[in-house]
Amino acid sequence: MNNFTVEAIELTRLYGGREAVSNVSFTLSKGQVLGFLGPNGAGKSTTMKMLTGNLAPSNGSVKICGIDMMENPKEAKALIGYLPEMRPLYKELTVDEYLTIAARLHRVSSGNIKKAVEIAKERCGLGHMSKRLIENLSNGYQQRVGIAQAIIHNPMVVILDEPTVGLDPIQIRDIRALIREVGAERSVIISTHILPEVEMVCDHVQIIDKGKLVFNGAIDVLKKQRIGNKLLITMHNPPSAEAMLKIAGVTEVELLPAGQMRVRFADGAAPAEAIVLAAVQNNWGLHQIAPDQTSLEDVFVQLTYQEQAVAEASIS
Amino acid sequence: MIINVARKELKSMFASPMGWVILSLLMFAFGTYYLNGVNDYFAVMSGAMRPAERTGVTQFVGQMVYGFASFMVLFAVPLLSMRLISEERRSQTLPFLFSAPISLTEIVVGKFLGLVAFLGILVVFIGAMLCTLNIWADIDFGFILANSIGLLLMVASFSALGLYFSSLTQQPVVAAILTFVALFALMFLDRFFAGDPSNTLASLSLTRHFQSFSGGLIDTADIAYFGLFILTFLTLTVRRLDADRLRG
Repeated sequence: MNNFTVEAIELTRLYGGREAVSNVSFTLSKGQVLGFLGPNGAGKSTTMKMLTGNLAPSNGSVKICGIDMMENPKEAKALIGYLPEMRPLYKELTVDEYLTIAARLHRVSSGNIKKAVEIAKERCGLGHMSKRLIENLSNGYQQRVGIAQAIIHNPMVVILDEPTVGLDPIQIRDIRALIREVGAERSVIISTHILPEVEMVCDHVQIIDKGKLVFNGAIDVLKKQRIGNKLLITMHNPPSAEAMLKIAGVTEVELLPAGQMRVRFADGAAPAEAIVLAAVQNNWGLHQIAPDQTSLEDVFVQLTYQEQAVAEASIS
Repeated sequence: MIINVARKELKSMFASPMGWVILSLLMFAFGTYYLNGVNDYFAVMSGAMRPAERTGVTQFVGQMVYGFASFMVLFAVPLLSMRLISEERRSQTLPFLFSAPISLTEIVVGKFLGLVAFLGILVVFIGAMLCTLNIWADIDFGFILANSIGLLLMVASFSALGLYFSSLTQQPVVAAILTFVALFALMFLDRFFAGDPSNTLASLSLTRHFQSFSGGLIDTADIAYFGLFILTFLTLTVRRLDADRLRG
């Protein structure tokens, strides 16, 4: 008995012959937060719709805590809380009325509904909005109602499609904290365009492009790729590349204009101290030394365009 | 679970002015008819000297009110049923129901029962209104019961058809128009076959099956007709929603 909360097995979805999602497989365990990244139209929302049973996959299957979504949709759906991209809010109802309906439909026992609604409101910071019509709430508060609706029955898996869209920075911070809190004991899948958010909130990242999974791994792998073994050094009297290469650990030197140079070093080596020492001894005029980070955006672009470049190369 | 969907439907029906306005306007119209009926009864009966020409007050007033009611719901039901699914489609709230642990059948039947319960209020009110005749006359409760059952079945059939058309489109107005046209055709189908009442098509007409109820007769054949009518359209609606899930 494995304890995967979500298992997606070779999910494929065709839209009129075109593959919107092809062969996506992954698993998620309890206590993990999975970030779904990808450019527009990559198939993030389609995958989420399939995971929540809103869309039947053309091929493959979804299992929630071991329950097949196709065979036992009701039992599987009871374990999921889902916030789609377009918030499914009944605007003519008040926050309390709406959340009560959500709790009732998600099989919260009638004695616990009031308590569940209170807890969900408190967690999403909606306490003082109880009697307001959803229609009259601001965009950010409507989003909170959407999230409250998804966590009201304390589901095993929470799936949020772009949860921080339209929120102000303070609300975004609150929601991220909430996602981490929920993610500590349950599983959370979020999709987002905001790359730093993934680093802040998720332990696992999946990058999806044109319906295909191009990266699937722990956030640390992505971080490593991003930080790399590189130093950016600026000096008034830069030495020659050979002089730098003599310093232990340095494997590659790239000279840049205006006295800058980029130095690569071997895994595990930490040549920064030796470089500073050498710079002082030889009067290189060192005035800046810093790890050279590729931005997450660059990594993302690299990963999503690699495939394309390969495809183009094979055509030409 | 069906009950929960129905409750949700009733809640949003009463959350907008639409429900209240339709309910009150219809009751006003039925009340006027009822009062006119009572007045006319005295005018007509004072002229009718022979016993054969005389009818009971229940039948006289009841037939007037129920006949009018069965005509009025032709306009009211499309206005109420149009929103049921098309509005959810347009405001993208369907995933809320689809991702809850309820089956499509439960969603559809719940929505249907919500609307029927709402319209049931009208049927009960009309029945109660006619029962007030009992204060000064000795009325025929069986007649009112048969008519109420007939009206309820007819309203339920209208709702099932309205629900189906609502599931076909994103525009509530389009759903309303389609429902109205379809219901109108079904209501007056037997008029086209007035020369040949035994025609099979004529027996598809909703009015014809309401007729026995309006005479105070509860006929199982008519109940079966309405039951099958409702079942057919609810099944079609479930299939239509299932196609959403399959085709996206």
